[in-house]
Amino acid sequence: MKKHSLQLLLDAVTYLILSIGLVIILIPFLWMVSTALKTDNQIFRFPPEWIPNPFAWSNFPTALTYSGLPFGRFFLNSFIITAVTTAGTVLSSSIVAFSFSRLQWYGRKTLFFVIIMTMMIPKEVTIVPEFILFKTIGWINSFLPLIVPSFFGYAFYIFILRQYMMTINPELDQAAKIDGCNIWMVYWRIIMPQCRLALLTVSIFSIQSHWNDFMGPLVYLNSLQKFTVSLGLRMFSGQYGTEWGLLMAASLVAMLPILVLFAVAQKYFIQGVVVTGIK
Amino acid sequence: MKRELETALYGGKRRRSIGANFAGWAMASPWIIGFLLFTLGPVAASLFISFTHWDLLTAPRFAGFANFDKMLFKDPQVWKSLWITTYYSIVSVPLSLVLGFILALMLNRKIKGLSFWRTLYYLPSIISGVAVVLLWQWIFSPDFGILNYLLKVLFGMDKVYWLTNPKLVIPSLILMSLWSFGRSMVINLAGLQNIPTSLYESAEMDGCSSIKQVFHITIPMMTPVIFLNLVTGIIGSLQTFTNAFVMTGGGPIKASLFYMLYLYKNAFESFNMGYASALSWILLLYASALTLLVFVSGRYWVHYEGGDGK
Repeated sequence: MKKHSLQLLLDAVTYLILSIGLVIILIPFLWMVSTALKTDNQIFRFPPEWIPNPFAWSNFPTALTYSGLPFGRFFLNSFIITAVTTAGTVLSSSIVAFSFSRLQWYGRKTLFFVIIMTMMIPKEVTIVPEFILFKTIGWINSFLPLIVPSFFGYAFYIFILRQYMMTINPELDQAAKIDGCNIWMVYWRIIMPQCRLALLTVSIFSIQSHWNDFMGPLVYLNSLQKFTVSLGLRMFSGQYGTEWGLLMAASLVAMLPILVLFAVAQKYFIQGVVVTGIK
Repeated sequence: MKRELETALYGGKRRRSIGANFAGWAMASPWIIGFLLFTLGPVAASLFISFTHWDLLTAPRFAGFANFDKMLFKDPQVWKSLWITTYYSIVSVPLSLVLGFILALMLNRKIKGLSFWRTLYYLPSIISGVAVVLLWQWIFSPDFGILNYLLKVLFGMDKVYWLTNPKLVIPSLILMSLWSFGRSMVINLAGLQNIPTSLYESAEMDGCSSIKQVFHITIPMMTPVIFLNLVTGIIGSLQTFTNAFVMTGGGPIKASLFYMLYLYKNAFESFNMGYASALSWILLLYASALTLLVFVSGRYWVHYEGGDGK
């Protein structure tokens, strides 16, 4: 009986703390949505009102079309960069992971160790020589410096996919070979379909990180027409620094693709963290 | 039979044929080339560049040890920036680890709506970048921001200048980073679910209290996960750039001039490529030293099942 009441107490404390956490997590989001729907007049009011009256829906078109910044273009650019880099990342990382998990070759173990080591290097330490490299070959102010490296695989994603591929039964490859598959067919038709979950996880990570990327575009892009959403947003905040209604409207729209992705595929987001965190 | 199959397929030790080797290297080649081109090459190149003065407009001039001399002895900002970054790491990484751990412990109990809570707490970690920074800038706004308002209503506190007070700017950035502790929570949660329940059952039989179980079973069993969170957390926090760049630009009076920000300014605002390269080498060494330190210390506190030390 005593045990039982202790459990009840623990439950109560748990729910209490979780609910406090809920409020802390949600306030910033609600605050953003609320501000995005307010005029300046409503914003600079004390105490603040949570529910705008009336709703200033016009903040969205004003921020995105009348600001003089081509936000449509920024979104298009971000979409292109995110889509191409993600395709490149998934393709290249999975081929490399296939080699490291399903093929036997000399030097495999050593190189895999190197892959692990590179995961410990903050990637920003190479920004200066990389910039010089891309400048020398005339790629500055194009998407190429942002896109091309993704076709060479990322250590972290190779690692995830390799761990996953290691768990697939080796006899599958053999059966396929007996049926006359060459190595490419084994990779593409046998292993890749088996890895759908892991590939989805990697894609989500890649979409998320490229959509939110700021330093890369900041360093490599300099004409307005080539800006991504992140760069555009920063420029916007430079011009409209105190117009919080417009700023929050624009920020909200900038987050929207990732929020929608999360809503659709949240299971894989969390699963991905779990897979990568535990191995 | 199975052994034979595997040998035929993977080459085994005896039959690692030229063909198998070729296929292996060929399919690993994207990463190998990428590694040479975008990691090893640049790291080596930056070593050479760090011995030059180079503004990218004129040819590089050999500088000897001038950049290193300046960095080590004449430019106190290097150490200030390194300290700012370290201070931020020392506070934010353990705090988010502890928060993530405690929340994971709670969510590992049999409670209702587990997936709802998990999703909710993870939500802030999926969004990052400029939009989130702008949101927090608005939250921190001294006159009309929600944070000051809530502090006033709840605790009667005076207006706090979160981002313009040099003493508060780093704690503010830490506060913002804690909002997205969900990542470490989810990893912890997965780790907790991997602990065999038999351990708890036998502890229960021996009359161990829940609190004791946490300290004698949960925490020791979780040390590998904590270790992983620690390493990724440290590396991540050393890279802090966007938050400070967009929110404060390094100010006020350079109080949030993180190391990466200082490096960026040297490279892309003053175009001192030589000096910036020297700075990136220090960052690389610093990151390696910290990682090594964590790995070495791990021998004393990380408990691996089977006990073979990884």
